[in-house]
Amino acid sequence: MSASLDKNTALRGYEIMKTIREFETRIAAEYAAGTVPGMTHLYIGQEAVAAGICVHLSNADSTASTHRGHGHCIAKGCEIGPMALELFRKEGGICKGKGGSMHIADVSKGMLGANAIVGGSAPLACGAALTAKTLGTQNVSVAFMGDGAANQGTVFESMNLAVVLKLPVIFVVENNGYGEHTGVDYHVGSKDICSRSAAFGMPAKKIDGTDFFAVSAAMAEAAALARAGGGPTTLECCAKRWHGHYEGDPQAYRAKSELEELRRDADPLIIFRSKVSAAGDVSVAELDSLDAKITQQISDAVDVALRAPQPAPAELLTDVYASY
Amino acid sequence: MPVKSFREAINEALRQEMERDSNVILIGEDIAGGHGGIEGGIGSTGSMFGALKGLYDQFGASRVIDTPISESAIVGAAAGAALTGLRPVAELMFMDFFGVCFDQIYNQAAKFRYMFGGNCSVPMVVRGAVGAGYGSAAQHAQALWPIFSHVPGLKVVLPSNPYDAKGLLIQAIRDDDPVMFLEHKVLYNEKGEVPDEPYSIPFGEANVTRSGEDVTVVAFGRMVGFANDVADKLRQEISVEVIDPRTTSPLDMEMIIESVEHTGRLLVVDEANPLCGMCSEVISNVAIESIGALKVAPEKLSAPHTPVPAAPNLEELYIPSRDRIESSIRKLMVS
Repeated sequence: MSASLDKNTALRGYEIMKTIREFETRIAAEYAAGTVPGMTHLYIGQEAVAAGICVHLSNADSTASTHRGHGHCIAKGCEIGPMALELFRKEGGICKGKGGSMHIADVSKGMLGANAIVGGSAPLACGAALTAKTLGTQNVSVAFMGDGAANQGTVFESMNLAVVLKLPVIFVVENNGYGEHTGVDYHVGSKDICSRSAAFGMPAKKIDGTDFFAVSAAMAEAAALARAGGGPTTLECCAKRWHGHYEGDPQAYRAKSELEELRRDADPLIIFRSKVSAAGDVSVAELDSLDAKITQQISDAVDVALRAPQPAPAELLTDVYASY
Repeated sequence: MPVKSFREAINEALRQEMERDSNVILIGEDIAGGHGGIEGGIGSTGSMFGALKGLYDQFGASRVIDTPISESAIVGAAAGAALTGLRPVAELMFMDFFGVCFDQIYNQAAKFRYMFGGNCSVPMVVRGAVGAGYGSAAQHAQALWPIFSHVPGLKVVLPSNPYDAKGLLIQAIRDDDPVMFLEHKVLYNEKGEVPDEPYSIPFGEANVTRSGEDVTVVAFGRMVGFANDVADKLRQEISVEVIDPRTTSPLDMEMIIESVEHTGRLLVVDEANPLCGMCSEVISNVAIESIGALKVAPEKLSAPHTPVPAAPNLEELYIPSRDRIESSIRKLMVS
């Protein structure tokens, strides 16, 4: 285990990763069964990124997320029950069933929303960082984005603004191999993404995004720099997604063997387990019992959500304005 | 009462709100100006039309935040800041530049509250100059309020005089929803009575600028002054009531319908393009709610369905004129 990380933080990281894995696996099954309305984009394979980043954040810190946002929401502390209700567009959902998979948010937890516009997170996270800087709170914000978003102008504008105003923001680029159905080798013109960030004048690192400890160590450094007034950092975290761009994506653009290799060699949960058991810090029994607790929790939450009523028709017209 | 320009009214509203609430910040390009230039130059611009002069000197760089020319970053950061506790007033300089950052306005700021089930508010203002009349042509002179008014979640404000500019801007800053605040660039030098003390004007409450019996003229923005001039000119022969809605979203249809039920004749004047615009909106609402009150078919006077031309003679043809307002009123009386 990393010397800088205590056992409780590591276990928290594992709990986040396992919760994401269980949640997404169940949602995939439900989607296939036809119970989930709309589009859904799953995060399996990238769990170590959300966990490694968010173990260094409190509710006072902000994150802005992506269309593939369930993992970030779980890692930032959104409650599973209301999240499940939201996925099924039910009453009591975290957004009253009006946001759905791509807009899950809990501002009270510093989760400024999954975001269905690619590149949407970067300027919002700059805004949260601007609040922290203006009010002198030492809070930080994180903009999660994919490799596809890394080509958006909003991201370039935001990175430059963050450097110019020295904003306490961390740009977390999750390079998951594909921007929708197009490989990163095609759609990113430079040799990598983080070198572009470096060109804007900020520290930037490329990290193995399947290794919780590697992500966590990089984030610890980036967050400390930001909290101390040192400005932004970019972390390019490489972790391929296991599922399609959306559920139901036939994935004709990648070899079937790729998924087998990912499951065998790049499973963030297996990598975590092997690292901690080699270090002897956490017992297998401890992790197994955490697994069982999480599996039950997800199962219960989804069962409740499946049975829950739809939002009341009157909800159509509420929450457009604070006043009008 | 002290007389001030529209520009001074804007400045005073911002200054007084910033003095009252330390969470109010300004963000935009050259709202201070001079960073990276000669010593002592910072703050020398005070926004392209000079409406923010002196605010940098009073509040400093932490609250009057100059940015690169990056409208998406400016407005997106304002939205993120609004979600997390500030009350940002972003400036787009010329509102036409919304084209490069509309995502931040209509997909982000305007939708958060609904998408998040009411569990947030987005108290931000986006200010910018609108309107034709300066020969600045198609990309710097548009009348954009109908586009913004189409978006649920946005409030859209279009002051026609200095008094309203101050009161409506103070209301916009105190409001908990995202507000598009549109300043007609031809009005910046217009003068009027403006009280020194802070005051706010509620949104969705139209203003009767001239009372009359024969014709109701609903006018937007700069057209309010034109309509007032025509009403004054015709006073001896036709009694014209002029209504300034002041905000296009919310739109005070109640007052308009009440007036039309009294006069039985309606003219709507707007500098914006005609399709799906405010003229159509007002006339359709009157037709639905009160068609029986109309003695004659309503008249609509707007810009043509073209971009804003650069040549002065064409631009003059583009903008509804006092003469055309008068002709339309006379047509209503003859019919």
